[in-house]
Amino acid sequence: MSAPAHTVSEHAGTPHGFIRRYIFSTDHKVIGIQYWFLALTAVSVGMTLSWLFRTHLAWPQFVIPGFGGPMRPEQYLSLVTMHGTIMIFFVLTVAPQSGFGNYFLPIQIGADDMAFPRLNMLSFWITFAAFLVLMSAFFVPGGAPLGGWTSYPPLSAVGQIAGPGQGLGETLWVISIAMFCLASLLTALNFISTTIEMRAPGMSLMRMPLTVWAWFVTAVLGLLAFGVLLAACILLLLDRLASTSFFVPAGLVFNDSQPPLAHAGGSPLLWEHLFWFFGHPEVYIAIVPAMGITSHVLSNFSRKPVFGYKAMAYSLCAIGFLSFTVWGHHMFVSGMSPYSALAFSFLTLAIGVPSAIKTFNWLGTLWGGKIQFTTPMLFAIGFVSFFVTGGLSGLFLAQPSLDMPLHDTYFVIAHFHIVMGLAAMFGIFAGTYYWFPKMFGRRMNEKLGKTHFWISFVGAYLTFMPMHWMGIEGALRRYAGPGGLGFLERMAPIQHFITIAAFITGAVQLLFYFNFFWSLRHGEKVGENPWHATTLEWSIPSPPPHGNFLTAPRVYRGPYEYSVPGFTEDYVPQHLKPEEVAQATT
Amino acid sequence: MAHTLPITAEPPTVQVGVNDTGIGPGGPPQGGGRDGGGGSGRAPGAVPQRAYFTGLTMGLAAILMFFMALVSAFIVRKGLSNDWRAFALPPILYLNTLILLVSSATIQMARGKLAREDLSGFRRWWAVTGVLGLLFVGGQLVAWRQLVHEGVYLATNPSSSFFYVLTAAHGVHLLGGIIVLAVIGLKNWKKARMTRSTATEMATIYWHFMDVLWIFLFLLLKLGQ
Repeated sequence: MSAPAHTVSEHAGTPHGFIRRYIFSTDHKVIGIQYWFLALTAVSVGMTLSWLFRTHLAWPQFVIPGFGGPMRPEQYLSLVTMHGTIMIFFVLTVAPQSGFGNYFLPIQIGADDMAFPRLNMLSFWITFAAFLVLMSAFFVPGGAPLGGWTSYPPLSAVGQIAGPGQGLGETLWVISIAMFCLASLLTALNFISTTIEMRAPGMSLMRMPLTVWAWFVTAVLGLLAFGVLLAACILLLLDRLASTSFFVPAGLVFNDSQPPLAHAGGSPLLWEHLFWFFGHPEVYIAIVPAMGITSHVLSNFSRKPVFGYKAMAYSLCAIGFLSFTVWGHHMFVSGMSPYSALAFSFLTLAIGVPSAIKTFNWLGTLWGGKIQFTTPMLFAIGFVSFFVTGGLSGLFLAQPSLDMPLHDTYFVIAHFHIVMGLAAMFGIFAGTYYWFPKMFGRRMNEKLGKTHFWISFVGAYLTFMPMHWMGIEGALRRYAGPGGLGFLERMAPIQHFITIAAFITGAVQLLFYFNFFWSLRHGEKVGENPWHATTLEWSIPSPPPHGNFLTAPRVYRGPYEYSVPGFTEDYVPQHLKPEEVAQATT
Repeated sequence: MAHTLPITAEPPTVQVGVNDTGIGPGGPPQGGGRDGGGGSGRAPGAVPQRAYFTGLTMGLAAILMFFMALVSAFIVRKGLSNDWRAFALPPILYLNTLILLVSSATIQMARGKLAREDLSGFRRWWAVTGVLGLLFVGGQLVAWRQLVHEGVYLATNPSSSFFYVLTAAHGVHLLGGIIVLAVIGLKNWKKARMTRSTATEMATIYWHFMDVLWIFLFLLLKLGQ
């Protein structure tokens, strides 16, 4: 590599001092890594919680240290609530969008930072504070909330009377989520402005990597969705603290010794509408960035251009648009008019069209490629697998007549864990293995990575596939135990099987932790472009300096020019000058 | 006057000569840019002034979604319930509305003065706008006091709950605007990344937005009783 005209430390505005560089940094790369580590912390907590309640489901009489005897139903519900909240908000929203998006969106469009770096730092610290507020719910009187990650009223709106965690714990939940909404709005605003205004010369919209398209679409979803949840949280907080009746109906009685609550006339359905107007886009906020990463990685390791690039970009936009029109499918069992349900059902099924376009184009990208089964490639293929499996069960649930019997069962647990949880997690893993060399200048260990992939992939299917069958048999979700119901008690062997599979799948994640931290110091050192990739992040040093680009970048072609006929290499980077290309073409 | 002011919020000169980059005036081309184009990049750390307007537009879109969520909650809650009781809105709200309308005119005056490089005139009208904004917020507080005096509290009825929530949410947003007015009026613009004209334009857009939003909310509260 030729010596750059000016070195890293000379770059304009490089901050000095540990705190300015690594803690309160405005550098998008530091902020991206901060988000990533926040998500890693959160996922560790969330996974531990799932181990605890899976233990209880398999062996109800087992005494977990610290629980003071066998787990009580309210403790079980607290664990499930916190598991869902942590995973949806602080893992699946934070890592793929705020984490990778922050790190790589500016680099991939040739910008030296986000449009608003200080706002970016503010977003992170609000998110961080929101996480602390949520965690503090474990340590207050009454403990963590038990209203589920959806926090349905009236149980979430009436306080301690609805359960021990519904007092201060639930209040902290609402405050934490409101803070998270605010931070996410600021992040979305920043991402959109950056994508529109900060692209390097030559980086037209149709030359953007599909990861950038994905982060952009996700940011639009976040911008339009989080404000609605913020409004709903404020109303819920007033119901809880100021005795208003937005969501609490009249004449609620919780037990015989107390008179009906003083609230009147409110509607829990109002919360459900507001929540799911946010909630459905939210599931796409979790998975769309993973779609982008998958396209990016599949193309790189198939050594082929993304099949149907434009169709991929447009289908991302279509999925984003449709995601705002389908929230009612979460409410088929709420007594919704069958005509509304039919409309929501058709719109939901319509999402199958752009989803199928994406799936076929991923397969088309693989087809005939010189496939390299690297760890990130395996995880990207795993993403496609989970997306298809979970998407197919979505077609069942999109139909009101099938959703009615399945809605409150394990079938739904299986569906959304596979299509949103696992698919998005595998997208995060693909991104981590793929970009680790860029972020830290070293490669993660491939053997450990592949072991991690195969055990996670098989283990995750073993964990969640049986839940489809349980759901069809009528196993009810949100139940802490079979409660003496014979048909549920007969499912104990399956519960054992699932818990053991979950333990193995969870344990193998320790391999990932080890690989990650070991590779930080001992991984194989790499240069600028270890994967022989085309996009701008591979044109700069690993790790990139403050300001990213040593010379102002310029883009001459689309993002996935692999296996170009006649060219000496099998890839043509976006920044390569036409004269350089002409020289190297035979 | 010591220095000249940029009059409009056009992109700075580093953008001149940019050809087919997707960042030219009039929005990025849809699917164009195949030839790669020519032109200079930005200086490191520089943000095109137009990015601030894009950011503001996105912020206003988010704020609009927030208020529309509250408004749709208002409509649904009213439609679902049989406990909705109308109450008389305090007449001072008409005066407040008038004050806010006038403040939109005065901020426009200030903007015009700045465009003609009349800094003292700008400061005068800018300050008048801020004072009118404070008067509006004060007037809203008086309206609250009057309602409390009549025994109409936050939790009295869904109609009053929504009245307090909507006026408070709007008031907080307007207070934010007043703080921004103060910052723009007092800031030393020589060292700033954003130009004074950009900041002024943005604050003006925000102010008009809050004005129109209030008129919409006022009509909703009035007609939706």
